[in-house]
Formats: sequence, C-alpha cells, structure tokens
Amino acid sequence: MQEALKTKAARALDVEDLTVRYGASLAVDKVSLAIEPGEVVALLGPSGCGKTTLLRVIAGFVRQAAGRVRVDGTPIDHLPANQRNIGIVFQNYALFPHMTVTENVAYGLRARGVHGPDVMARVNRFLETVQLSGFRDRLPRQLSGGQQQRVALARALAVEPSILLLDEPFAALDRNLRLDMQIEVKRLQRTLGLTTILVTHDQDEAMSVADRIAVMNKGTVEQFDTPVAIYDRPRTLFVNGFIGSTNLLGGRIVSVSGGTASVALDAGATLQLPSSGLAAGTPVLMSVRPEQLTLSAIPGPAQWKVEPGLSLPIGSQLVHEARTADGVSLKIVEPRLTTPAPAGRLHCGLSADARPSLFPRST
Amino acid sequence: MRSKLAEWQLALPLGLAFAALFLAPLLLLVGVSFYNDEKITQLGVGSWSGFFGDAFNYKVIVDTLLLGLKTICTTVVIGYPLALVYMDLSPRLQKVLIFVIVMPLLLSVVVRTFAWIVVLGREGVVNSVLLGLGIISEPLKLLQTELGLVISLTQIEMPLMLLPLISVMSRVDPNLRDASAALGASRWRTLFTVILPLSMPGLVAGCLLVFASSTTAFISQTVIGGVRLIYLPLVIWQQALVVYHWPLAAVASLSLMISVMTVIAALSWIGRRSGGYVNG
Repeated sequence: MQEALKTKAARALDVEDLTVRYGASLAVDKVSLAIEPGEVVALLGPSGCGKTTLLRVIAGFVRQAAGRVRVDGTPIDHLPANQRNIGIVFQNYALFPHMTVTENVAYGLRARGVHGPDVMARVNRFLETVQLSGFRDRLPRQLSGGQQQRVALARALAVEPSILLLDEPFAALDRNLRLDMQIEVKRLQRTLGLTTILVTHDQDEAMSVADRIAVMNKGTVEQFDTPVAIYDRPRTLFVNGFIGSTNLLGGRIVSVSGGTASVALDAGATLQLPSSGLAAGTPVLMSVRPEQLTLSAIPGPAQWKVEPGLSLPIGSQLVHEARTADGVSLKIVEPRLTTPAPAGRLHCGLSADARPSLFPRST
Repeated sequence: MRSKLAEWQLALPLGLAFAALFLAPLLLLVGVSFYNDEKITQLGVGSWSGFFGDAFNYKVIVDTLLLGLKTICTTVVIGYPLALVYMDLSPRLQKVLIFVIVMPLLLSVVVRTFAWIVVLGREGVVNSVLLGLGIISEPLKLLQTELGLVISLTQIEMPLMLLPLISVMSRVDPNLRDASAALGASRWRTLFTVILPLSMPGLVAGCLLVFASSTTAFISQTVIGGVRLIYLPLVIWQQALVVYHWPLAAVASLSLMISVMTVIAALSWIGRRSGGYVNG
C-alpha cells in the first residue's frame, strides 16, 4: 500500500538569487539553493533570518523582488499559490476549524474538482497512512497536538504535491512526541520520495531530519551542506556558533608553511593547524568542540594551563568548566565512566581526533 | 460556599438596576396595554383587539420589519467587503479605517440624520452632482422615500455591522487563507468555504444589531421618511404623545418588541448553528 502512494517522480527545486524586501529592509538577500529530487533540506537559523520568508516565497504567499524559483527547471514565479501544487504544513497546522478531519483532508481534492467515491478512497488511504482512521468525524479541536499535525500532514499529502514544505512543524509538540513525529515525517517522506523543505530554529531537529542543512543568517545562506560537514567544518563563525556548542580561543598566526599554520594561542601554547588560507600575522579565533578537548595531569607540547572549575554530570557525559590564563571559560566534555576527576589535571590540549577551525578575528 | 455567595452578590447592583429600570417598566407596559380606554380605568383587551383589528397596523408592522431587513441587506453588501479589505490593510491603515468606522457613533443620531437631509434634499449634494453631470434632468425625490431612508440608515447603522464583523474576522487565523490556497482553492472558494463560515458569528451579531437599531430608529425614520412613511415607532409616538391613548401606545410598543424579537431569535438561531468555530 505504501508503494501505491508513490505516484510521481520526485522533483528538483532550484532557488536562484532570490531577494525579498519588506519596505526598506532585505528579508532574503540573493539566496540560491539547488535542492535535489527527493532530498530533505532544513532551513536553519535564528528568528528573523529570513527562513520562513523564503518558504513563503516558494509556496507563493509572498512575491520576491528578484530571483527565480524553479521546479524541475520550470519557473513557477508567475503562478499564484493555488496553482503551484506545493504542499505546506504550518507551525499551528492551520486546520479548518469548522470542518471534520475527513473534510479537511478532502478539501484540496474537492478544490481540484475531484468528486465522488475517489475523494473518500484517497482520504481514507491517507488517514490510514497517518494512523488516524478512527478519528475521521472529529473536529480539529477534539484532537491532540500530534493528531492535529498528522491531519495537517495528510491534508497536504492528499493532493500529491510536487514539493512539501514544513514550517516549524514540530515546534508546538512536547519533546517525546516531537521525536516520534520527526521519525514519522521522515518515514513518510522516504516512502513518497517527496522533495521536502523544513524550516526550523532547532539544530537537533535539522540534524536528525535533514539530508542537507542551509544555515541562514540575516537573509543570506551562510553554509549549505550535510549535517556532518556543517558540524565538523563550519565555514563561518556564525555557523560555528549556531550549530552545537563550541569553545573560542584567541590567537595569532605566527607562520605558515605548506598549508600548515603555526598558531600562538593567547592562552599560552603554540599549535600546528591547517591554515584555511589565512596569512601569517592574522589575528584568529580557534574554534574547538567541547568533546575535542582533553585535560591531563602532565604538561605536554601544545598544551596550555587551565584552572578547573565545576564538573557537571549530564547523562553519559561529564562536562568540565575550566578557565585559561587569559580568562576564557572553556567547556570540556568527557565520557563520565572512564575518566578520573579533573582535580590535578591542569593542562588542556586538543584530543587526537580534534578538528579545530580557524576564523579571522575582527579587532 | 462563602466565595460563591460573594461572587453572586457582586451582580446585585446591576440586577437591581435591571429590575427597576427595565423589568418594572416593561411589566407596567404590559399592564397598561390591558386597559380599554385612554383614561386607564377600564380593564380589558379592547386595545389589543382594536390595534390588531385595523389592517393598516399589519402593514405598518410588515413595513417596519422590511425596513430592518433592507437595512441588513445594504449594510452586509457594503460592510462585508469593507471588512475583508480591512483584514488586508497594514496596521496603520487599519487604525485609520477603524476611526472612520467608529466616528459616526461619536456623533448624535440627530446630527447625522440632519446631515443626510443636506445630502439627499432637492437642492442637496446628490441631486446637484447628478444634475450637474447631466445624468438626470430634474431632481430625484430622495427625502420622504424609503430609498432615501435606507441609504441614510445604511450609513448610520454601518458601525454596528462592521465592529462585530471585524472583531470576529480578525480572530480567524490568517494561515487558513494560505492553507486553502496551497491546497489549490481559488480566492472565491476560500471566501465561501473558509472565511464566510468562520466569520458567521460576527455577521449574525452585526445583523442583529442593525436590525434592532434600524427598526426602532425613530429619529431617522421620521426626519428622513417624513409623516407619509409610517413605521411602528411613529405610531407609538403618536398614540402616546399626540392622541394620549397610552393603552394603544403600549400595545404598539409590545407589538414592535415582539416582532423584532421574533426576527432576532430566528437570526441568532442561525448564528448558533453556524457559530462556535472561531478559535476552535
């Protein structure tokens, strides 16, 4: 039956130099994204970064000032929202409150002129898919948040859209339900092979659901890459700070030879790191994830002295706080069961598999 | 128990005022209607049989209710699109429009009614413009016609239609319109299957207010309609203050009240059937 739902080939979506103005301010500034057929892309960023505006342009609710949106190479910019065949699930689900679950799911089919037993057959099929067959005659207000979301999903999918847009769809759900729904959406998306764009400000959600993440800030895309690449190789300081938690250490590039930079940290150590194209003499910030730092009792090369602070057990991990000689507070994460107490371990360094990033420091 | 009693007691002043100023006069009115003579000495149903024995009074009742229904029609036809426009305006323009809508309420009905005389009169604005443009060759008679009365009542009662309509409409989730469009519905389909059903409670409330207010708009009815257009409020005024036949005036008053309330009950029944979905 799942196979029967899959009726069309997945579509590619291209956003080219898209610009949206609200009055004098730029909400979206020359954004380009090439999204592969069947891919799930998360637009991730703080509120006001333009991610929802971008989604609304794709849906046809907002007109862009410049740029194009193409589905499988065909521009759709001239089409009004009701002719784009793009499904959308809103953050508040936007179910029609005066219609039953069945009427909500059938709405799009009826609007397209489908009548008779076909409508009911399709509605039943999609209600089964989202496991809501027993609720067909309820009104939306008689359903829980998760059920309402599944109705919204069934309603959007019943018209067999070419693209599925999800606008912060999990934000209103509590934590446990959120994970269930993320899995459910991912499963449905896989089954249908539907190209999907998800707007979110929750990095964990983006990481777990998306194939690729576009990190947005102030109307531009700072990085568009796989979750792992974004975590391990953030291209800008903003991406670095927005995804995961990180430590920033000030320093200066002393010399560069053959792509390796010698970086003198203000904390008091000199490290050999990939230069990232930065020239000697550049003031830099070194970013390193908490789990890529180690503490040891014996001083070694490329280590700097720290003053240990609090240690907090968080789940399977132990989070240490430590302060460097130049006053920077570091977070260091270690597995809880295998490591000794931090007392006496006064020397901090990079772990063997650390992937620190260097960013030029604006002074 | 104690707190229940305290809450209940808070309603006492209003309850007493209601009883003294509304219920008592109403009972008095009912009592007076059961006298036969203008001196109010002789008990009987003579005033009732006299009033309803006269075919002219049926026509007056029907005309009065029709006036209310006509005013409902014009305020809906003009007011509903205006409320839709309001929803699409920027917050600043919304404030301007609300001010324009509410302003008539700040003026006395008498002032507004006399302004309409200036507009609708033989030498008034409407006739001068139409004559000047050569659309008509002699002045239209608008004063002392039901057309002129409905035109002016439409303006006078418009705030009562718009305020409940706008208040209900602005509670309708704007995403619903987008959701409907994304599902392939045209604007008209969205209007009739989503916006209209969800704004029904406001529409019905507006109709109730406009109906109750226009059927009892004594000043507008008499000043613009003149003495040749007769509605129930004029009959009541004549019986009470010209003829001094208070029992007949009471019967006419109760007839107005009952007929208006019947229509209102019917309208709010429709409203209840369609209502209750906002914020669902």
